[in-house]
Amino acid sequence: MSGAIPDSLNEQLSHQLSQVVGFIYPNEVETQWAILIVVYPYLTGIVAGAFILASLVKVFNVVEVQPIYRLALLTALSFMLVAGMPLQLHLGHPERAYEIFFTPQPTSAMAMFGFVYLWYLLGILLIEIWFEYRHQLVLMAQQSRGLLRGIYGALSLYSKDVSPEALAFDHKASKLITIVGIPSAFLLHGYVGFIFGSVKANPWWGSVLMPIVFLMSAIVSGIAMVMFLYILLSLVRNEKLDMRCLDKIGLFLLVAIIVDFTLEALDYIHRLYQSEESIGILTQLVSSKLFLSLVVVQLLLGMLLPLLILVLVRSVRFNEELRKLLYFTTSLLILVGIFSMRWNVVIGGQLYSKSLRGLMAYKMEITGIESLLTALALLALPFIILTVLFRLLPPRWMESHAPAAAN
Amino acid sequence: MNKREFLKDAILFFPAAATLQALAPAAEGKAEPAKTPADYDATKHWYGMGIDVDKCIGCNRCVEACKAENDVPDEPFFFRTWIERYQIHENGETRVECISTRAALPEQAPPEDPTVVRTFFVPKLCNQCAHPPCVQVCPVGATFQTQDGVVLVDEKRCIGCRYCIQACPYGARYLNPRTKTADKCTFCYHRVTEGLLPACVEVCPTEARIFGDLKGKADRLVRFHRVNQISVLKPDLNTEPKVLYAQLDGEVR
Ligand code: SF4
Ligand code: SF4
Repeated sequence: MSGAIPDSLNEQLSHQLSQVVGFIYPNEVETQWAILIVVYPYLTGIVAGAFILASLVKVFNVVEVQPIYRLALLTALSFMLVAGMPLQLHLGHPERAYEIFFTPQPTSAMAMFGFVYLWYLLGILLIEIWFEYRHQLVLMAQQSRGLLRGIYGALSLYSKDVSPEALAFDHKASKLITIVGIPSAFLLHGYVGFIFGSVKANPWWGSVLMPIVFLMSAIVSGIAMVMFLYILLSLVRNEKLDMRCLDKIGLFLLVAIIVDFTLEALDYIHRLYQSEESIGILTQLVSSKLFLSLVVVQLLLGMLLPLLILVLVRSVRFNEELRKLLYFTTSLLILVGIFSMRWNVVIGGQLYSKSLRGLMAYKMEITGIESLLTALALLALPFIILTVLFRLLPPRWMESHAPAAAN
Repeated sequence: MNKREFLKDAILFFPAAATLQALAPAAEGKAEPAKTPADYDATKHWYGMGIDVDKCIGCNRCVEACKAENDVPDEPFFFRTWIERYQIHENGETRVECISTRAALPEQAPPEDPTVVRTFFVPKLCNQCAHPPCVQVCPVGATFQTQDGVVLVDEKRCIGCRYCIQACPYGARYLNPRTKTADKCTFCYHRVTEGLLPACVEVCPTEARIFGDLKGKADRLVRFHRVNQISVLKPDLNTEPKVLYAQLDGEVR
């Protein structure tokens, strides 16, 4: 069956084969899960993190972060809508993906993820946002005309009741959903970690700590994303930032990074100390192929530097402008760092042979389905969705349009 | 929204959800059993393969036969079975090479390396694990185990997610670029259910591969199992391989 494979694949694999160091099983030349599967846990992580930040307002009454409550919810939704796409696109038979829902295999982590995803999107996020916005939607429907009136009317599911009792019920309902939402968010991203952590064939992945490491890094990335967007939006719209809010987010971010760092350090120390059969090849992996992306980008730039900056901001009295700048830099560094972390897990786990005798290479395609361009498009898409959502559901509309008594 | 409205919506929503759920098990079917002759009784067999490492001369004929029999792409990235060569050096160092990925076997034997104290070949293939992690992870049940103990992929059902390839500790699987579905050794299921031997076993000039039925009484494999010291690959992973190696060196993973 020569010539049965496309030239581009042949070229890619030939190149990857020429880069092999040591011995690998022959079927291992191909990188099975490539850039799209790096993007997937990155997006899901931001969803979970942003939601958990939002839930601080509702469940734990952290009033300082109230100004970003809606931003965080809409961020979670925008990323959630895209999170499933890389998975779908990377399938050999995307047209059969529905099989996961109709004939799921209960023992498969991936099959169950489909349900967790749906539950989180339909059962939690959309309902929470609906209750949060219902009052505004009713008013917007009343105050607009034509098509918009129809849209808002439909979005409010034609409810009209804005009596204090009804609003109180909205409030209660959304609190309840948040309470269910927190474990669901944990489940959502913990599960992604489990997809990797449960693969015993791959010692780089197979770790009980994987789900919890994924979860903590998700929280870090979600908070960083909301912080980034909050500062960015204020710049774009020339609005004043609520510094109390920003400082509070900074504090949560600091705590989350410390926990995340501790967990990851624990994982590495444990591996080094246990020093199992795989330790030799993994050390070689980290000190060669992953040095830049793991040690430099993920650890130094994406974790320790932000940690240092956040500690500084808390201990030295910088003025507002400088603080803003530092927060902005930190959030960017973290977002890059966590992307790197996803890369190091997903790609890193496929750069060494399961024979533990050699290292492989991954050459990313620039165009095509599983390529850099698709990845960039998928990373940009949530921001586009977010812009639309902002137009449709302005987070601060109530402040200027609602009758004074309503608040 | 008031309580009554909410309840009304809930009453609409939950039955819808329940209906969906009720539909799911109905749609759940096991992967279609592989085609077998009408008089074939899968429950009567439990297939395995013995590999006599000392007998393999590294001629690669089994690999070629397998590629031809099973339409495995020719390119050196896709194998249902392959041969590894191990060279143990004076200083204890082990060098391993997969000889099946070479474009052609060298015309002349390479000059003898005096530091090599021992060389041997190890045929590899899917271990047809009795406790297969690849089956466990498949989200749609496209990878399944037959009653006679062979792990197969239903290519009409496989969605090409590649999770099984990740989960196999032995690198036995690849994604077939033609069908875009997972692929691997089937023990030549289409042949053995007809009473024939797998292609690789049939062509092996030294009988280094022994195919058999572990449920059979006077079976060659049962005898092979009895008279040799048997090892399996990566036993610590508890996959319970049914490819049984005799005279296997501890260096082999
Ligand atoms: S060797 Fe790999 S592909 Fe074969 S049954 Fe075991 S886990 Fe599955
Ligand atoms: S690639 Fe196919 S057989 Fe393998 S786990 Fe995915 S759906 Fe199952």
